[in-house]
Amino acid sequence: MSGHSTYEFKNPVARWLDSRLPILSVVRAQLVDFPTPRNLNYWWTFGGILATMLAIQIITGIVLVMHYTPHVDLAFTSVEETIMRDVNYGWLIRWMHANGASFFFIAVYIHIFRGLYYGSYKSPREVLWMIGVIIFIAMMATAFMGYVLPWGQMSYWGAVVITNLFSAFPVIGDPIVKWLWGGFSVGNPTLQRFFSLHYLLPFVLAALVFLHIWALHVTGNNNPDGIEVKSEKDTVPFHPYYTMKDLFAIVVYLMVYAAFVFYSPWYLGHSINFAPANPMSTPAHIVPEWYFLPFYAMLRAIPSKLGGVVVMFASIIILFFLPWLDKSKVKSAKYRPLYRQFFWLLVIVCIILGICGSQPPEGAWLRVAQLATAWYFIHFLIILPLLGFLEKPKPMPSSIAEAVLGKDEEAAKA
Amino acid sequence: MKAIIRLFTALGLSLAVITGQAMASGSERKNAEDYDFSFEGPFGKFDRAQLQRGWLVYKEVCHNCHSLKYIRFRNLAEPGGPEFTEKQAKAIAAEFEVEDGPNDEGEMFTRPGRLSDAVPSPYPNEEAAKAANNGAVPPDLSLIVKAREGWDYPWYISPIIKLFKGNGGAEYVRSLIAGYQDPPAGEEVKEGLNYNPYFPGHWLAMPPPLAGEDVEYADGTKPTLIQEATDVAAFLAWASMPKMEERKRIGLMALLYMGVFALLMLMVKQAIWSRIKH
Ligand code: HEC
Ligand code: HEM
Repeated sequence: MSGHSTYEFKNPVARWLDSRLPILSVVRAQLVDFPTPRNLNYWWTFGGILATMLAIQIITGIVLVMHYTPHVDLAFTSVEETIMRDVNYGWLIRWMHANGASFFFIAVYIHIFRGLYYGSYKSPREVLWMIGVIIFIAMMATAFMGYVLPWGQMSYWGAVVITNLFSAFPVIGDPIVKWLWGGFSVGNPTLQRFFSLHYLLPFVLAALVFLHIWALHVTGNNNPDGIEVKSEKDTVPFHPYYTMKDLFAIVVYLMVYAAFVFYSPWYLGHSINFAPANPMSTPAHIVPEWYFLPFYAMLRAIPSKLGGVVVMFASIIILFFLPWLDKSKVKSAKYRPLYRQFFWLLVIVCIILGICGSQPPEGAWLRVAQLATAWYFIHFLIILPLLGFLEKPKPMPSSIAEAVLGKDEEAAKA
Repeated sequence: MKAIIRLFTALGLSLAVITGQAMASGSERKNAEDYDFSFEGPFGKFDRAQLQRGWLVYKEVCHNCHSLKYIRFRNLAEPGGPEFTEKQAKAIAAEFEVEDGPNDEGEMFTRPGRLSDAVPSPYPNEEAAKAANNGAVPPDLSLIVKAREGWDYPWYISPIIKLFKGNGGAEYVRSLIAGYQDPPAGEEVKEGLNYNPYFPGHWLAMPPPLAGEDVEYADGTKPTLIQEATDVAAFLAWASMPKMEERKRIGLMALLYMGVFALLMLMVKQAIWSRIKH
């Protein structure tokens, strides 16, 4: 990526600006002319969908802050009375933000599994992938702290359970927890720092997204065939081909999102969070938001508290090493008959983990969660390295153009 | 497609088997009885007359113990709710004594309620509420229908049932209020508590608040126990989601708009991609 294009702007003002700050030619090179593989399918539209969701979260969040009060005595009322009842369209902003978090995670999970299926983490895209993992972690931190802000029962008890995890570490555990709380229990200082960080992190996220896209534009997109771009025949300009395809997908995705916002706005949440936080009364089941359930299952699958915490964090950290754990030279699962089956098994295992996370960790549920947790790690630590040696990949086309147009036509044209 | 249809029929069948009966897996309460409230479904609206009757039940009975902090008297006259006329709402407000102040002498005083006042709470503070109710605090009812669920189902069917039937909060209030019973033989009676199969744990501090004929409805509806319970449940559903009608109305417009937009985008995208083989 040279960043600039040789494009000469016809408009004199544009030319004047661009010769001093080449912002227009960068936009043109990166968002208009950018050569993009011609074979991308709809799984590639989730990047644009994610950017849209981030923008929606930031805009609705800024409006919410105008009416929200970060104080233990007022937070619940400021959300449930002021925002939901008195602010014009406050209910709309609030439900967009609350459901926006869920639809952000739906998109990011699809986006991550897309990467796993098509081997998008492999050379030369390791850094791109690792920035993605950091984004995922920052998103989880943001969503966790956001969920605490309305200060309902689950907000409060979720904060208690999750911050308490850090007490598992020997010696430093307790001081860390008190430091996180800003006191001797989850209270007003905790709420206020979570609010501060919940406002800050999305902008860190936006900066990370910028780096993510920068890295993407150095290596270019991966694609469903997992073959690197070799010539101009393999690509189309980003605009109008992918701008219009992405826009179509974004609108369809937003329709599903809107169906929840307008018709089932609390379906994805917990009823008990409509009761104000009460430190004297513990809810029967403390369950995190659905997008944390697989990790929650791993946390509780291990009998020791420290062990559970380590395993849970390890399940995410392991993703950083994925580019080096997968020994296969072939990227796309399309040409990897064995990997494809293990991929779908991993998807099922993650869904099972999610279900286990919503159930009390006893009896059969505990056993299933332990097996699934074990398999999660076996997949990354044993199966992936082994497959590189054991699997015989299917024959691959020599170029993207050949994959799209077929061998004969490609030969006839050449 | 066939597989999908088969899946749904299977789910529907198990749904029919499961609904109505208490969950088998050891949850200690009975599922609320399903009831078709007028406000259910994507086009459902509140029944104004029912909300007005429900308000009467709340005011005459429930308000002796339960606050309704997030409802202001003006809300009673707003569109999408009971839609009392402004004059009626003013008269309702004036029936309540509201604490105000301090005045010029620094004294608190009471005056008749105005439209901008919230429904005043029956007790001055939580301790007073506790002392009057055997140590249990009657919860504020402003959000009760959203804060409670009426039914539990096994994990593999629950997300689908709740997507279509909702959480059953209004059904829960209706069944709870009308569902007090004598404890079954063998069940140990708990001092100061009352038996109700719909309440998680079965024993709650609230005595049966309604017996039937507790109020006199202006519209001539017969105030049977179940009628009163249904009306107050509908009223509390509105109190929990006073913007529901606006939400559904805007939702329909938003979805139609986006549907047309999506269709146009699809056509644009097809036209562009038809230029090349892909
Ligand atoms: C004599 C006082 C009293 C009256 C009158 C009363 N309640 Fe209650 N109510 C209580 C108390 C006390 C509780 C707390 C029960 C407990 O937690 O054991 C309660 C709890 C409730 C609950 C919550 C149950 C749960 O799931 O936690 C609902 C809903 C409710 N009342 C509705 C009503 C309605 C509707 C009316 C009017 C028809 C009403 N109450 C009248 C005292 C009262
Ligand atoms: C990465 C983007 C973001 C995510 C994933 C996210 C997530 C969340 C979640 C899950 C909640 C709880 C919703 C509820 O149950 O009510 C929440 C609440 C809140 N968020 Fe965010 N948020 C994001 C960005 C922002 C931004 C940028 C701001 C402000 C500038 C903001 C301000 C708020 C406020 C004030 C609340 C409390 C009001 C409420 O609970 O509805 N958020 N957020």
